[in-house]
Amino acid sequence: MSVEMVVRPHVQNFIDWSKDRPEVVVVTADLTNSSEVGRWRDMYPDRYFSAGMAEQNMLGFAAGLAREGYTPFVHTFAVFLYRRAYDQLAMSIAYPNLRVRLIGFLPGIMTPGGVTHQAIEDVAILRATPNVTILETGDATEVESVLDVAQDVDGPVYVRMLRGVVPRLFPRDEPMQLDRVRVLAEGGDLALLTAGIETQEGIRATRALARRGVGVRHLHVSTHKPFNDPEIMATLTGCRRGVITAENHTVIGGLGSAVAERIAEAGLARRLVRIGLRDTYAHGASTSYLLAEYRMDALAIVQAAEDLLGERLGIEAEELAAEDIGPTARAARNADSL
Amino acid sequence: MLESTPTWQEVAHATAAGIRLRVFEHVLRNGEGYLSQACSAAEILAMLYTRTLRLAPVAAPIQPGPFTGVPGRANANYVTGAVCHGPKGPDLDRFLFSPAQYALALYAALIEVGRLAPSALDDFNRDGGTVEMIGAEHSPGIETTTGSLAQALSQASGIAVARRLRGDTGNVWVMMSDGEFEEGQTWEALANAAFHRIANLRVIVDANGQQCDGLVANVGHLEPLAERIRAFGATCDEVDGHDLDALDAAMHRPSGGPHVVLARTDPTRGVPLLAEKAPLLHTLRFASAEERGRYQAAYEAMRREAVLR
Repeated sequence: MSVEMVVRPHVQNFIDWSKDRPEVVVVTADLTNSSEVGRWRDMYPDRYFSAGMAEQNMLGFAAGLAREGYTPFVHTFAVFLYRRAYDQLAMSIAYPNLRVRLIGFLPGIMTPGGVTHQAIEDVAILRATPNVTILETGDATEVESVLDVAQDVDGPVYVRMLRGVVPRLFPRDEPMQLDRVRVLAEGGDLALLTAGIETQEGIRATRALARRGVGVRHLHVSTHKPFNDPEIMATLTGCRRGVITAENHTVIGGLGSAVAERIAEAGLARRLVRIGLRDTYAHGASTSYLLAEYRMDALAIVQAAEDLLGERLGIEAEELAAEDIGPTARAARNADSL
Repeated sequence: MLESTPTWQEVAHATAAGIRLRVFEHVLRNGEGYLSQACSAAEILAMLYTRTLRLAPVAAPIQPGPFTGVPGRANANYVTGAVCHGPKGPDLDRFLFSPAQYALALYAALIEVGRLAPSALDDFNRDGGTVEMIGAEHSPGIETTTGSLAQALSQASGIAVARRLRGDTGNVWVMMSDGEFEEGQTWEALANAAFHRIANLRVIVDANGQQCDGLVANVGHLEPLAERIRAFGATCDEVDGHDLDALDAAMHRPSGGPHVVLARTDPTRGVPLLAEKAPLLHTLRFASAEERGRYQAAYEAMRREAVLR
């Protein structure tokens, strides 16, 4: 079965979704087409606001709109939402618990734009920010359904959004749900929790491990906060040999840390291997190159499994690459300008 | 002889005098506090609340309650300080108070105009209360979280655009301090408000030349402020911030975009003794009992004058 690749699922989906929602407005900071809302602007020019390249004001402006009953969907690159304008995010939006939707593109290492464009600590910072709900899309179905999830939250929502050519890993009729993981594989040896593009790496690794007789319970996480799905604790409790997390983010403060907190709070004796950027910045290169360079790819997950199991399984990169789950959603180079 | 109805100038003047007196009394009772802000902004606040802002009345002066928690999904009944501004209406104004460090002067103004119970100042900076030293969103007269300086103007521009979309006719007023023009966000907000021609956005700046470290001129480079504001696309009137008629003309000037009234003020106005402390006027602390006695005498003189009027 070949994986469907969907070209810019957000573009038309967001236009259709907004049609009967006059309260939805868009605010951008000079990254309109790069955030896939150029056609949205042309469809709804009265509801589109250019903030100029000025994110601090943009977040306060969005807060003002939200206070008056509109729901601003702020579209820009993830880094510029939380890193460039954090005080405004925290004080103008998060503290008063306003219905602002922060749609952050190019999460983690998904851009050849390099360190200035790579949002590698956003989940950590926003997990520590009260009132903020954090979502992360992992495929086209989630890109399409994250709008409904966000809109049902009575407070600020930050979304790690995918753009460009995005694989459809999950059935269209199984939309993202708030604080609900997807169980992608069953097994009792190891627990694997992945989010965003790391889920594709996790699927590759899990299939290869299954062929070697290693049972992995694989959870796809699309809600970083809240993080209370009972499936998570059940999975951590049920695995015999250890836990692996893989995130498109630094290993400090994100998914791996959230899992570590759950393990410790429950008093579980489980080893944990966190895959992600190991307290380092990255640089400008393709996503697949960076995934390999920083040992965040399927091979890294397999090696983590081998470490936890205490045995070598003879799985090579070629075997993992042969898994037909589509190329990584390395959207940055497609169609768009930056 | 029949008492004539006081003119708006007389009302504003008496309100300004009341703000200074009330803040002065509080600072003496408290042993320290934010006095210079009341000295510089008394006429501005008096003009806003007695002449400029179109606000619905409150049924009775608001008695601030205890702190009941921060906003969030677990606290859906969070009440902001906007209750002091009465119910909202499409033809009414909003007022965002940017320099939350001025809260004491704001509370005094609200008391003077009957929107806040006089006993509210007993709760000033008291544990478990809402009359916070640096005004929070739940503090009287504070509509949004603004104590991190320069954030109110951006919030106000979003509120103003939302109101324009909805067809409201009321304005959104922001009071700022001149020190906030050192923050980049202020300039982002002005440029963007000009770009979107947000004509229902009105700003009054208490340009008292003071900030935490002392004289603005010794901390950063602001001037020529009026020209800079105009260069960013807003209209700007520069006036004497203690001249009621000048303030009135500037505050009511029609504009096609954001309008800024740059009110030049004296942070020692009404309490000339304060000049001895210059340039460090941000908070008044008494160095000795003798000094405190001189301030007490100045207060008594101010009170006698107010009674005589």
